[in-house]
Amino acid sequence: MTHDAYIYDTARSPRGKGKKDGSLHEVSAVRLSAEVLNELQSRTGFDSKDVDDLIWGNVSQVGEQGGCLARSAVLYSDLDESVAGVSVNRFCASGLEAVNMAAGQVMGGMGNAYIAGGVESMSRVPMGSDGGAIAVDPTLAMKAYFVPQGISSDIIATKYGFTRDMCDEYAVESQKRAAQAQKEGRFDKSVFGITDQNGLEILGHDEMVRGETNMQTLGSLNPSFKAQGEVMPGFDAIALLKYPELEKINHVHHAGNSSGIADGAAAILIGNKEFGERNGLKPRARIKATAKIGTDPTIMLTGPVPVTERILERTGMNIGDIDLFEVNEAFASVVLRFQHYFNVDHSKLNVNGGAIAMGHPLGATGAVILGTLLDEMERSDKETGLATLCIGSGMGAATILERV
Amino acid sequence: MTDFHYKLDDDGIAIITWDCPDKSMNIMSETGFAELNGHIDTVLGDDAIKGAIITSGKDSFAAGMDLTVLAEWKEKGGDTPARALMDGVMQGHEVMRKIERAGMDPKTNKGGKPIVAALPGTGLGIGLEIPLACHRIFVADNPKAKIGLPEIMVGIFPGGGGTTRLVRKLGVMNASSFLLEGKTVAPAKAKAAGLIDEVVPADELISSAKAWIESATDADLVKPWDAKGYKMPGGTPYHPAGFMTFVGATAMVHGKTQGAFPAAKAMLAAVYEGALVPFDQAIRIEARWFTNILLNPSSSAMINSLFINKGALEKGAVRPKGIPDQSVKKVGVLGAGMMGAGIALVSALAGIEVVLIDQSQEAADKGKAYSEAHADKGIARKKSTPEKKEKLLSLITATTDLEALKGCDLIVEAVFEDVGVKAEMTKKVEAIVGEDCIFATNTSTLPISELAKASARPEQFIGIHFFSPVDKMLLVEIIKGKETGDRAVAKSLDFVRQIRKTPIVVNDERFFYANRCIIPYGAEANRMVAEGVEPALIENAAKQLGFPLGPLQLGDETSIDLAEKIMRATKAALGNAYPASNGDDVVQKLFDMGRLGRKTKSGFYDYDEKGKRTGLWKGLGDHFPVSEDQPSLTDVQHRLAMAQVLEAVRALEEGVLEDIREGDVGAILGWGFMPWSGGPFSWLDILGSQKAVEICEDLAARYGDRFEPPALLKEMAKNGESFYGRFGADAKAA
Repeated sequence: MTHDAYIYDTARSPRGKGKKDGSLHEVSAVRLSAEVLNELQSRTGFDSKDVDDLIWGNVSQVGEQGGCLARSAVLYSDLDESVAGVSVNRFCASGLEAVNMAAGQVMGGMGNAYIAGGVESMSRVPMGSDGGAIAVDPTLAMKAYFVPQGISSDIIATKYGFTRDMCDEYAVESQKRAAQAQKEGRFDKSVFGITDQNGLEILGHDEMVRGETNMQTLGSLNPSFKAQGEVMPGFDAIALLKYPELEKINHVHHAGNSSGIADGAAAILIGNKEFGERNGLKPRARIKATAKIGTDPTIMLTGPVPVTERILERTGMNIGDIDLFEVNEAFASVVLRFQHYFNVDHSKLNVNGGAIAMGHPLGATGAVILGTLLDEMERSDKETGLATLCIGSGMGAATILERV
Repeated sequence: MTDFHYKLDDDGIAIITWDCPDKSMNIMSETGFAELNGHIDTVLGDDAIKGAIITSGKDSFAAGMDLTVLAEWKEKGGDTPARALMDGVMQGHEVMRKIERAGMDPKTNKGGKPIVAALPGTGLGIGLEIPLACHRIFVADNPKAKIGLPEIMVGIFPGGGGTTRLVRKLGVMNASSFLLEGKTVAPAKAKAAGLIDEVVPADELISSAKAWIESATDADLVKPWDAKGYKMPGGTPYHPAGFMTFVGATAMVHGKTQGAFPAAKAMLAAVYEGALVPFDQAIRIEARWFTNILLNPSSSAMINSLFINKGALEKGAVRPKGIPDQSVKKVGVLGAGMMGAGIALVSALAGIEVVLIDQSQEAADKGKAYSEAHADKGIARKKSTPEKKEKLLSLITATTDLEALKGCDLIVEAVFEDVGVKAEMTKKVEAIVGEDCIFATNTSTLPISELAKASARPEQFIGIHFFSPVDKMLLVEIIKGKETGDRAVAKSLDFVRQIRKTPIVVNDERFFYANRCIIPYGAEANRMVAEGVEPALIENAAKQLGFPLGPLQLGDETSIDLAEKIMRATKAALGNAYPASNGDDVVQKLFDMGRLGRKTKSGFYDYDEKGKRTGLWKGLGDHFPVSEDQPSLTDVQHRLAMAQVLEAVRALEEGVLEDIREGDVGAILGWGFMPWSGGPFSWLDILGSQKAVEICEDLAARYGDRFEPPALLKEMAKNGESFYGRFGADAKAA
């Protein structure tokens, strides 16, 4: 017997700049997690004893993010200790994967409710801190034709003909949309201010948005991955081994058309019908379907296309049945690839900007964009939305929401 | 037969002297290891002995492992060659580890005996790996000495502990040029790099080693990796700095080798996995990967072609029997152009007196100036001295006077590629030189037998085909005309030995051997361009096969007008039999547009003002549009490779090649044919003749008759034969 899995509410922290001078740098990943969990609990008032587990996405699981951060977050928060806690890592889609796993548990009847989402404090636990064999184990690295993500994003641009200008234009638009959305308070439903132990605000809004960005400001930025591609250690040569039809890799991505490094957390309350009724909550959306897929690890970031094909096939839907799309803006070329492949009108896609403007706190982003999608579906009164992310080592993840 | 001699001096220090009988340099064999082991046991077992010195009775220490031993282990293993190889390799490790630990208490690291390596000269491969296991390495300041681990050059890697010990000693970064490039260096540089410990005057080698033994403390004997708290220089893979190094090393090896050289991959895997475990496990891991690479057919093929067979050819494997030494004393080089100038240089470098002739004194001087520039470069790089330069130049007489050729025992004619011009020179010069003089023509395209018609002594007339640039290219192709006699062959081979290049001897057919195979490589690429195959795919497919240059780049380097000329000449020669090809349209188009390659800074590629390639010429697509449907990488690779390989098989079938070893060695050294494959015939053996026939028949069906497998290959497929099985070392072609 299957059950419907509903989203009852979402909450997220603002995204802080993921560097030492970022506003959330002083907040630990555990506390950031607990703040979001407490916010979700207090705004909905559910009884946390009804929740089976916290499924918490997080990428760099070392240091303060190690040692099963999910369990630490539960114990740090006001949730009942009976909520278990498991950390999951599907790189950039960890937050969405947590939601999808929770939905699967609910659909399969394994408990009434879960909290899912994730956190990443990239300023405190830098990307790559947890090592990983794929870059250094020669047997694996060579078998998988390993290159870093930045090179992969440039392979996409080269292979599909996305020029520097096209990527920059996309980035300018992302900034413009994010600034506009912020101005109109479109994120206010999910975002809450992070405060200190005395109630003083530390950060109340996504702090990385630069609405004034234009083609000229971006034009002055140097490509970020040219040196590692062409000189040391020369990843382009490996890219060409896998994509021999290309003569060379065009290095079009830079700090301005790639996602920003950020700190942030997001949580989503997922439960079956019974849970809602018991806690007096009205579901905001139904999780209609979830999917994940593995793809070529070298070009790495094209997963949103095949995973969307898979989820559409699974649900018997067409691309035209989706009213709104959130495609994580890891790099401009990733979104352009999705947009061009499905011929999706930009007016339906990332309508409030994305990670290029607001940052990409790895383990949290999946839950962040799912919340943004749901808020926008409600605001613009749309029925169906799809969120998808590209993922390191060549994967893709997707979720389809339907309003109820 | 004893390789290691043992002697105990009065001072209580044992001298173990490596001195393989009947060999100019020591090489390590299975019995050698057993003998060394016995002597080490003696040293460690006798309380009266203070320590030991391992040295050599020759002016060098050792050239490396006898690679045939590895092949024997594999043979002996029968159904389980992996077990036999692993056991063999581990036995060697046990001896070296015994030296390294030297009876030390495993807990306290105390009570060991100093064992020192004292190298009178060159120590390569196992000849450095054994010293690396010793407690101190002394090397004599022998100017000829080379120190290093060149295994990677023949398709394996240092598997006698060299990989593990060097990385632990120097760190990955500093060890990489020695391990990954096989760099060998003089003693002083080896010391600076940390490969060895001391460089001493040759006559103080043993006394210095003894003095060190006398004063060595317990701590002096403990290797850093056996001491508590050892940290690998530069960091291990999951140490932040080490992480970056390992990411970089892996990426660089992958990119630079185009993934085509299994030995580099295996070595790096051994380094990575070894870095994460204690020393003894690291050695076992190294042995597992070494075994793995020895079992890889590519490695055996490379060892055979680049070590065993190359060596055999250089030592005169195909030299006619019974002809006395024909070493050249004075060579006349006719034509001081690029080829002539290069031939003069390599001859003078070998100490041969040279008369360099051209039509004007200016041209002759310009040819000699090439040698001067070479010497100046050597001085600038501290590889030569003004004295050496003077000696070099004094050997070369640049003149227009043919009379100066008197007394030459070899003439190498390198004038314009024209039958008439060459005939005239032949006649003029033969009238001047002595009757015994051998006359060689350096031609890449003209038939030798045709040119020999101008000679009064056709049995003394021969082709010597140098590759350009002469001083860099390692191969020389010797071509026998119909009437060429044995002495001319012997003379040419002795000359090639003098100038330290590798010879192959072939018979006189159109384009001989090398060019016969290279021309179809370019032609196949041109056809693909005409068909609309993405030019980048063609170039990358070739590079991934291990070719140094993609065929289009090669076309630019050798020039489009040469391709056009060859095309025209071949058409004229073959008449109706000429196989028309749409690839010819590509050559013709570039030729007509004056895009003649590098020399005009335009061809298949665009170039900047300085002549640097900037990228494939986009305009090519206007004339030969790139098609929507692109072939698979494998398809492109099979076409490029088989176009050459089938020519090699036909050359064997037609008797142009008499020995497949020459076909393999010549292909790798001559035009950089897929070195990992061991050459065209080795590659066919790796594929298996049946599989090769299958591939060719499929290509023939889709792309044309030129891929139709030759009768010889078909017959071999039917009988399940391999080339080395049928035409192996001693067998001559059918």
